[in-house]
Amino acid sequence: MDEAQGVTGFVAIDGVTLAYRGASGPVTALSGASLKVARGEFAAVVGPSGCGKSTLMKLVTGLVRPNQGSVALEGRAVDGPVKMAGMAFQNPNLLPWRTVLDNVLLPLEIVEPHRRRFRAEKAKYRAMGEQLLSTVGLDGFGQRFPWELSGGMQQRASLCRALIHEPALLMLDEPFAALDAFTREELWCVLRDLWQKIGFTVILVTHDLREAAFLADTIHVMSARPGRIVASRTVDLPRPRELAVCYEPRFTALVHELRDKIAEVRQA
Amino acid sequence: MNATLERLSPLWFTLGMFLVWEAACRLLKIDPFILPAPSQIAGAIAQYWRPLMRHSFVTLWTTVAGFALAVAFGVILGLIVGWSRTIYRGLYPVMIGFNSIPKVAVVPILVIWFGIGEVPAILTAFLISFFPVVVNVATGLATMEPELEDVLRALGARKMDIMLKVGIPRTQPYLFASLKVAITLAFVGAVVSETIAANAGLGFLMAQAGSNFQMPLVFAGLMMLAVEGIAMYAVFALVDKRMTRWAFRSSLSAAG
Repeated sequence: MDEAQGVTGFVAIDGVTLAYRGASGPVTALSGASLKVARGEFAAVVGPSGCGKSTLMKLVTGLVRPNQGSVALEGRAVDGPVKMAGMAFQNPNLLPWRTVLDNVLLPLEIVEPHRRRFRAEKAKYRAMGEQLLSTVGLDGFGQRFPWELSGGMQQRASLCRALIHEPALLMLDEPFAALDAFTREELWCVLRDLWQKIGFTVILVTHDLREAAFLADTIHVMSARPGRIVASRTVDLPRPRELAVCYEPRFTALVHELRDKIAEVRQA
Repeated sequence: MNATLERLSPLWFTLGMFLVWEAACRLLKIDPFILPAPSQIAGAIAQYWRPLMRHSFVTLWTTVAGFALAVAFGVILGLIVGWSRTIYRGLYPVMIGFNSIPKVAVVPILVIWFGIGEVPAILTAFLISFFPVVVNVATGLATMEPELEDVLRALGARKMDIMLKVGIPRTQPYLFASLKVAITLAFVGAVVSETIAANAGLGFLMAQAGSNFQMPLVFAGLMMLAVEGIAMYAVFALVDKRMTRWAFRSSLSAAG
């Protein structure tokens, strides 16, 4: 089973073309995009803005269907919304009428088998939620409301909500783009630690090359619209990585290389 | 001192308005048949206290009954319209058309159907006030963040889950805001209907007093209407503030 996945990939996007109706005629978001991500891998997708990176996320989670090509998760074709993905976006999107803890527990009210047990075993689930909140440094904030938290803290809670149901796949769409530089680096470390501890598969869409280089195992570069993957680069920096790695020459060299590649695809 | 002054300013302005009115009536020797002075209106209120109360009560209950119908119907229709784009597109022109009919034109029809009395008043209040409820509830549902919907759909949430967990709760501030508008409109509807065809209510009282040339009593009716309108608005403004505190504390679309 694992070997088979080694060949096909945990996430396998194969020759996908997707067009949608825009405000002024059809827009081809992706054209012949292919991407493979192994189980437990941390993959980053970078590219110029408007290149269809977010569309890629919707494809993998089955929220949109490709016009051509195929998308498969764990070797099975994706033909509708997948049930076990966690997602987080640039906007934390917490529900303002729920406490932070209740926001984090929201997926458990929807995903089976938790959904059935949620009422009966609420105490257990609340403890789980508190536990997860404390691993991202939100001890004791469970009973607060989202508006009482800073942007960085809200984003931490949003990450918890994406992970509470222990998804095999975490999809992140520029999750740290709206944060200041210091908070962003703090949250890189939060995500790194969560990933190393739990071991889920991540697809991180970002335009921050340093973020991609610091966090990912593999970085995929997308072309300008219509998007496809034009280059894939394995990051060979040893793990665990500390923030200091960002100032090493080989890190800087990697970022420069990615930057050149993106400049190239923007020209094309 | 300044804070107290500001807090009491509505009182000063209201008193000031009545004083200017009274002074103008006296100094310009305005015929009380054209515009009675506040003192004469107060006299009429004291003199006709019992009938005024009785008719005020009729107007109050027909307004509230029509309003209650409008809220129940408006919430249901709003949820249906907000649920599906197809229904929204299909029903919207019909609703706009319906809403643009001046409700005063409908009253004669209602009278033919239900006879003179309180039923046309209740129905007019209902017809005039359900529209803002529908629109606000539907808007609350329609403006849900698409990303949040994606988060839930990627968990395998059904449309019903998304409605119950996100749609309906986030619609609350929109609903409560619409109630303030709807109660005022319902009041207008009830009084319009009473003025045209009724045998009780403030609208009826004022129409009667007017045809008997009792101008102070007409204005006494107006005063009662103003007091009742303010009171009902105040109740729902308070309900709005109490029920949806979170909406005042956070902007729904705040990024980070």
